[in-house]
Amino acid sequence: MNPVPDIDRILPEVILTLTGVAVMLIDASLKPATPRRNLGWIAAIGTTLALWASLWQLSLPEGTGFFGTVETSVFTVFFHVLICGIVIVALLVALDTLPAGTHHQGEFYALVVFGAVGMCLLTSAVELLVVFIALEISSISTYILAGYRKHTGKGPEAAIKYFLLGSFATAFLLYGIAMVYGATGTTQIYEIAQRVPGADNQALAIAALAMLLVGILFKVSAAPFHVWTPDVYEGAPSPVVVLLSTAPKAAAFALLLRVVYEAFPSLRGFSTPLLWVVAVLSMTVGNLAALRQQNVKRMLAYSSIAHAGYLLAAFAGVGSIGIAAASFYAAAYAAMNVGIFAVVTLVSGYDESLPLIDDFRGLIYRSPLLGSLLLFFLVSLVGIPFTGGFFGKFYSFIAAVDGGAIALAIIGLLNSGVAAGYYLRLALVAAQKPAADQSDRPDQSGPPRADVGVAVGAALLLAVAATLVLGIVPGSVLRSAQLGAHTLEAPIATDSTTLGQ
Amino acid sequence: MMQTIDPIILTLILLAPLAGAILVALAPDRARLPNWIALLTTLASFVLTLHLPAHFVAGESGFQFEINRQWINDPAIFYHVGVDGLSLWLVVLVGLLAPVGVLTSWNAIKERRKIFYSLFLVQQTAMFGVFISLDLMLYYGFWELSLVPMAILIAMYGRKDGPKAALKFFLFTFIPSAPLLVAILWLYARTGTFDFVDLQYQLAHQVFPAGALSWVALAFLFAFAVKVPVFPLHGWIADTFSEAPVAMAMVVAGKLGLYSMLRFHIGLFPAQARAFAPLLVALAVIGVLYGACLALVQRDFWRLMAFAAVSHLSLIVLAIYGLTFTGWSGGVYQILSHGVVDGALFLLLGALEVRYATSTIASYGGLAAKLPRAATYFVIASLTMIGLPLLSGFVGEFTILSSTFVGVSRGWAIAAAVGVILGAGYMLWLVQRLFYGPENPQTASRPAIDLRFGELAMLTPLVVLMLVMGVAPSMWTNTIQTGVHPPQPLEQARAIERRPAPAAVSASLTVEGQR
Repeated sequence: MNPVPDIDRILPEVILTLTGVAVMLIDASLKPATPRRNLGWIAAIGTTLALWASLWQLSLPEGTGFFGTVETSVFTVFFHVLICGIVIVALLVALDTLPAGTHHQGEFYALVVFGAVGMCLLTSAVELLVVFIALEISSISTYILAGYRKHTGKGPEAAIKYFLLGSFATAFLLYGIAMVYGATGTTQIYEIAQRVPGADNQALAIAALAMLLVGILFKVSAAPFHVWTPDVYEGAPSPVVVLLSTAPKAAAFALLLRVVYEAFPSLRGFSTPLLWVVAVLSMTVGNLAALRQQNVKRMLAYSSIAHAGYLLAAFAGVGSIGIAAASFYAAAYAAMNVGIFAVVTLVSGYDESLPLIDDFRGLIYRSPLLGSLLLFFLVSLVGIPFTGGFFGKFYSFIAAVDGGAIALAIIGLLNSGVAAGYYLRLALVAAQKPAADQSDRPDQSGPPRADVGVAVGAALLLAVAATLVLGIVPGSVLRSAQLGAHTLEAPIATDSTTLGQ
Repeated sequence: MMQTIDPIILTLILLAPLAGAILVALAPDRARLPNWIALLTTLASFVLTLHLPAHFVAGESGFQFEINRQWINDPAIFYHVGVDGLSLWLVVLVGLLAPVGVLTSWNAIKERRKIFYSLFLVQQTAMFGVFISLDLMLYYGFWELSLVPMAILIAMYGRKDGPKAALKFFLFTFIPSAPLLVAILWLYARTGTFDFVDLQYQLAHQVFPAGALSWVALAFLFAFAVKVPVFPLHGWIADTFSEAPVAMAMVVAGKLGLYSMLRFHIGLFPAQARAFAPLLVALAVIGVLYGACLALVQRDFWRLMAFAAVSHLSLIVLAIYGLTFTGWSGGVYQILSHGVVDGALFLLLGALEVRYATSTIASYGGLAAKLPRAATYFVIASLTMIGLPLLSGFVGEFTILSSTFVGVSRGWAIAAAVGVILGAGYMLWLVQRLFYGPENPQTASRPAIDLRFGELAMLTPLVVLMLVMGVAPSMWTNTIQTGVHPPQPLEQARAIERRPAPAAVSASLTVEGQR
């Protein structure tokens, strides 16, 4: 019945794991003084191979492997490609921005790749215990990465905060899984979908779903589970934030889609209003808090909370349009967010000597290239047409309006007006002519590294291209998101008909 | 031979400035290379826009040079562009003002020329896009895109506090477009289409919940009214005009909002527009008077021009919401005339500012003797602005006032006429303070350089155009009338046959019928 070898179902994860192990082993076998930079290239190449492997998985018949615990479908491939793409860009940024003397540089690359293993597995797991394991793999790697600047006070603070709150949220998730088992007698997602409607104890099922949602919403940093985000983004090194703010979130959103649409479709009456409230809270809290920030990374952290809210608006959409909109938004958000954090990394530097909005004054005069790129990504974050940011938001709100949540769309779009305020503040400060008296400033706001290296240049180029493609010719990505949405919906549809019979 | 490019001409017009922008961005930043690329691009795109009136079949209602291709499958968004009598000359106007804008910036912009001209050209694409788009999403895309270069350039080249003015401009125009987008999405959820022609047909022939529809219409109107701006939504314009690079203020003023009102508000929601018309007429007349009064007391000539614009644009709003066909064609004509006159005045004021490094009116005086050419052109442009007969301003103003007098209300027409008289006051007073009277020591100390060749080369055609438009308006009004006033029998025949001829306001024929 299942002619596809199980190993093919997790080929990308296998490749990533091997890459990570190889990087670690080589790192261990090198002399301490040897530069470790080339390990980053190995990691990037391995991730690229994993990306190809996930694309190759499209040629497999859709189905599950390892006793129904992992799935390959258009949906999983969509998120695999997205996550691998983000990881590649993050590695390229790190290659040029990690100072040569960084401690444990080899481990850095290995951890990024191991994190990718967890995130990829998270999107293809259809068994909640595998989900849990995948989540832990990805979380532990990111906890360590968040604290990579050990010598600063903020690094360990970020890591500990992330770890404690993250573990707390994971505990919720695990508790939810236990309750799911209690309510339905299974932890396999397809089976949950079948059994929940007939479960004796609906209250237990609802409680289980609520627990799962708490755990996942923490990972996507949606309000009111967002408090860790600004501190972690501020404390973690910028190249890590490139990864942290996008890839784990994309994976968590994939899981959220699975849980809401595939495992508990019969409880939409409970989850939709809940997510409505979370979406409104995230947008509003994120945007209002971002208005008051002086630190660029903190501002972008709050903005990412707001973006989680826009994405959650898509969950008001009924059926495949909601799933497709959320998937597309995850891609669009990732494209522009990796871009802007890459620019911030280049401007502020690894040690972040220039972290404040005012430090960006006159950036476009000091470095036209970085200035223009910053403006471009900010324009996309504002949601101006012909950029990925606009189309993602637009599609998300189409889903919301289609699902009847016009109020949500109006709140969301008014929020994007507020958001324009702080994005524009940064953009306009960067575009402003530097004051004349600042012209002889050797110490302060000295020219940022004008030398945009090959690796980080390629990363920026990828981010710009992705943002533009998603904004101008989103057709093909949209179609894969829609196909993915159907694969998420299809088993449910057939199952419910058989149940009806 | 030329006929063969008819099917793609609008795409060419749209892409030419964009190609120029990319070229400027890629070319080295050497001396005036960006200026030359921008100038050649804008001249080329102007020549391309001239293709439209040359091959426009007059007297035929409906869109011409249409292109309608699928852009995105689901949601169904089409690359649907076309022009009719309403938008035809506006496209040409945008094309004409672009090289004027480049020449205005020639000496004024000294730093970061590459960024300036790239963004200026992107702005051109956005403007063309707004006027030719017939798919609401496409239209919305260009509408929003047009904000970005403007905001960035205000921030970069602002005279005093650029970022603040830029933020004000952006938020003032961006926030109202949020309800506009929701309204567009609502229409899509109801009808399954973003296509203007389809929507017009469906809105005219299907029953929608009236309450919701009037909210949708209001969302459209609100976004457009801020953009024009209609009193009391004009908060952004004074700062924008006084901070923006001259070229940007020149190309942006007024046109987008006014056109959108005619095409998308009255065109899609005739009944709702009629319900709001009395309010808008009142606001427009207030705007005419208010703008004129404020213009009288300004000390800075950019702010004076801003309030003059409020006054003049409000007069056109009056024409549009008077809901008479004469008013509409007069209004569109006045948009063209205002665009040309504003272009000339901005060029001249920009030239003065470059020479004397100030925009305070009191710093000037007695320049006529030293800059005779500038003075002559300025007086002609001012007289056109005032509405002197035989110049283009007169045709529009007279048509608007007379159609208001006959078709709307005598009281409002008289009030608006008072505003026009005040307009003569502040313009002539400006001329007097700048060019006549005793020489001001502040400007006398600076070298007196009269208009250069490049400036003359741009101004002379504009001034000639003011004369020709004043003497022979029928060259323009004939095509404009087919846009706003399609022949009725043909119209009804088509409506029965399949869908109505897609002229902008054809759906609102009933408006006048019931009046």
